[in-house]
Amino acid sequence: MREPFLELIDIGKTYPGVVALDHVSLSVAPGEVIALLGENGAGKSTLMRVLGGVVAPSSGTVRIDGADRTGYTVTDAIAAGIAFVHQELNLFDNLDVAGNVFIGREPVFGGPLRLIDRATLRAKVRPLIARLAADFAPDTPLAELSLAQRQLVEIIKALSLNARCVIMDEPTSSLTLSETERLMQVIAGLKADGVSVIFITHRLNEVVQCADRAVVLRDGRTVGTLTRGELNPAAMIRLMIGRDLRSLYVPPAAPPGNIVLDVVDAITSTYPSRAVSLQLRRGEILGLAGLVGSGRTELARAIFGVEPLLAGGISLDGEPVRISTPRAAIDRGIYLIPEDRKGCGLLLDFPIAENISLPDLASYASLGLVDRSRETDNADRQRERLKIRATDVKMQVGTLSGGNQQKVVLAKWLSMRPKVLIFDEPTRGIDVGAKQEIYDMLRRLADAGVAILMISSDMEEVIGVSDRIAVMHEGRISGFLARSEFSEHNVLQLAVGHSI
Amino acid sequence: MQKKDLSLLILILVVGAVVAFINPRFLLVGNLSNTANQVGMFGIFSIAEAFVIIVGGIELAVGSVIALLGVLFIDLIVNRDVDWILAFFLIIAGGVAIGTMHGVLTTKMRIQPFVVTLCGLLIYRGAARYYTEDATAGFGYGASFPMLEWLAAGRTNVLGFPLPHSVVALVIVAGIAWLVLHRSVYGRYFYAVGKNEEAARYSGIRSDRVTISAYVICGGLTALSAVLIAMYTRSISPAVHGSFYELYAIAAAVLGGCSLRGGEGSIIGVVLGTILLQVLQNLVNLLGIPSSLNFAVMGTVILIGVLADQYFVQRRKRAPSARGQAAAEPAPASLERVNAE
Repeated sequence: MREPFLELIDIGKTYPGVVALDHVSLSVAPGEVIALLGENGAGKSTLMRVLGGVVAPSSGTVRIDGADRTGYTVTDAIAAGIAFVHQELNLFDNLDVAGNVFIGREPVFGGPLRLIDRATLRAKVRPLIARLAADFAPDTPLAELSLAQRQLVEIIKALSLNARCVIMDEPTSSLTLSETERLMQVIAGLKADGVSVIFITHRLNEVVQCADRAVVLRDGRTVGTLTRGELNPAAMIRLMIGRDLRSLYVPPAAPPGNIVLDVVDAITSTYPSRAVSLQLRRGEILGLAGLVGSGRTELARAIFGVEPLLAGGISLDGEPVRISTPRAAIDRGIYLIPEDRKGCGLLLDFPIAENISLPDLASYASLGLVDRSRETDNADRQRERLKIRATDVKMQVGTLSGGNQQKVVLAKWLSMRPKVLIFDEPTRGIDVGAKQEIYDMLRRLADAGVAILMISSDMEEVIGVSDRIAVMHEGRISGFLARSEFSEHNVLQLAVGHSI
Repeated sequence: MQKKDLSLLILILVVGAVVAFINPRFLLVGNLSNTANQVGMFGIFSIAEAFVIIVGGIELAVGSVIALLGVLFIDLIVNRDVDWILAFFLIIAGGVAIGTMHGVLTTKMRIQPFVVTLCGLLIYRGAARYYTEDATAGFGYGASFPMLEWLAAGRTNVLGFPLPHSVVALVIVAGIAWLVLHRSVYGRYFYAVGKNEEAARYSGIRSDRVTISAYVICGGLTALSAVLIAMYTRSISPAVHGSFYELYAIAAAVLGGCSLRGGEGSIIGVVLGTILLQVLQNLVNLLGIPSSLNFAVMGTVILIGVLADQYFVQRRKRAPSARGQAAAEPAPASLERVNAE
């Protein structure tokens, strides 16, 4: 084993109220392939951002080639040969491959005119393309490339910067099987050239296939390192789980009733070959777990009529319904609280009261004119009921905290008659106190007969709040868990596509 | 009335006072009445434009539509002996049809409104010129429509002031538009779609329909002003009639607090914006400024106005953070948007 050239020592990172990283250490030797594992929110991405110089650590040392670096920035990281292949690729659709690789560093001629020397540009990129055996030319427009090819462009860009360590954040999450195979070969090639690779992934087979070492993070701490011989899925999952979950669970007042929502063989555009079926009963909270990108949000959007359903059907109270717009869903009592609160859930510049009344504005109006006192009265009632912390319902929603904003979204739907409530990441970016209030409200709603589908990537939340859990993996439901089968182990197994 | 509208009103009064001080002819009844007439005609299509801007669109064809529909209206009643009441409704229907087309093209076909209405601007102007073979359309000898002329271009003496009927029309239009925009369910939808179409959709608003109806309202109101302007000018040379009127409309809307990003603006503001533009026009005439500088003066005043507004917005934005716990303060900045009481 060669000496590590890159060391992260005792790295800590705290955000207000959250410890993202807690004394994490990681060292990288030339030509080493390291897999970084952990659940959503374990601190993997934060650690990589520290290494890439994007985030400054609160404590700890970054040591490169034996020298401690203080005030380490993105520029320092690039100079040290650390390259980041981003999850959402940072490339220009309107340029060709060579233009993207050398963006900001174009070879020029013509003195003060600074004309781009296109011939040199292409000549520089050509050997790099050959090195990865990529199937495109320097002058291929980026717009014509697939996602997998674009990833290669990012790697070529990294190599053109003489990268010694390439960081990839979930590089295979949206690749097909054969594309993934290609990427594994590319990683092996980099390794052979002495370039180190750190990749974050949830696909354990890939780790077994190509990693020299797997480092597992949990709640911002390193919980274990597995070397080549010890790499197997069971060992990795054992390390990823195992924290003590607080017991949040409040049992329902009565056993769940009839089936309210019946989704049969639903197919969405993201996974055109995978059908999803699930049933939601009156008074139950069904948790929908799975990794980011497993198709949960798409399913919710299809049920709510934002996205078309390519095939399959939805029945409500036993009757088949066709829902092609959110309006149609709302009129039937199916409400969605979206993941993107600021973009889709709220009008941030609008007052609280006007946000709450928006989906049902006609009922506040006579002769088409809005009765503002009725609107304000209802908003005041909802404010008290949900404990929205605002002095006045005329305040703009954008001035509230995340938790209070989420309560306003909830208040919109509670002013009406919910039958099915779909809650996509109910407590993302919300402080602990507001979280508990939202959980209490969910249980009260369920006890009042509402059927609740709760999409969540937060393990504690899924296990602590749901009456039943459905787990999705790459567009299909990989299993249902009854209360007695709830465990982090089981959810994770299903989420990575294994059976339990 | 919003704070923004109030400051616009004060600006109008200040500019008016300065003009009156330098040239007292500004205050002559005849001059005021003529300026009011301009305000009436320009105000209606400025309100039309405001509807489209509030839903986040733009309508560039206003001037060309005024030329085309004006030519058609005169042709219908003068040359084709169509009853003027019927002709009036045909012209309004024409405006509505044009608006519907623009709305459908921008929403269902997903073409940018700037492009759609720019093409409209070129097409309708060309159509108007072709229709009259580039000749001036007007009322020949003996052609007389006393009732129509009185209604559209007449003036009624109110307490010694000859009040142009175009102003009466503007007051009615503005009153209804105010009720629709600031008090009705539909108005709330206009603002919601303009502000954040995605969030509006998630709240069950059929955003395409809302956007199309804004273009339809715009087309209908533009047609109304086309008739008023045709009856006022009495002769239309289709190559220049109504040229740049869309820019007057956009300027009035922007002065009146509309954001070209959509979701903002008030009817009172748009009317005040129209008044300011016409007073400036009058100022150029009365102060002996070369009329070639007309647009330059208007452009400068609008720019200064927008800059001043931006300055105050920034200051108000900075103020709360300096006070720290400002979340408890009621109604900051643009919250006054719909509180148009």
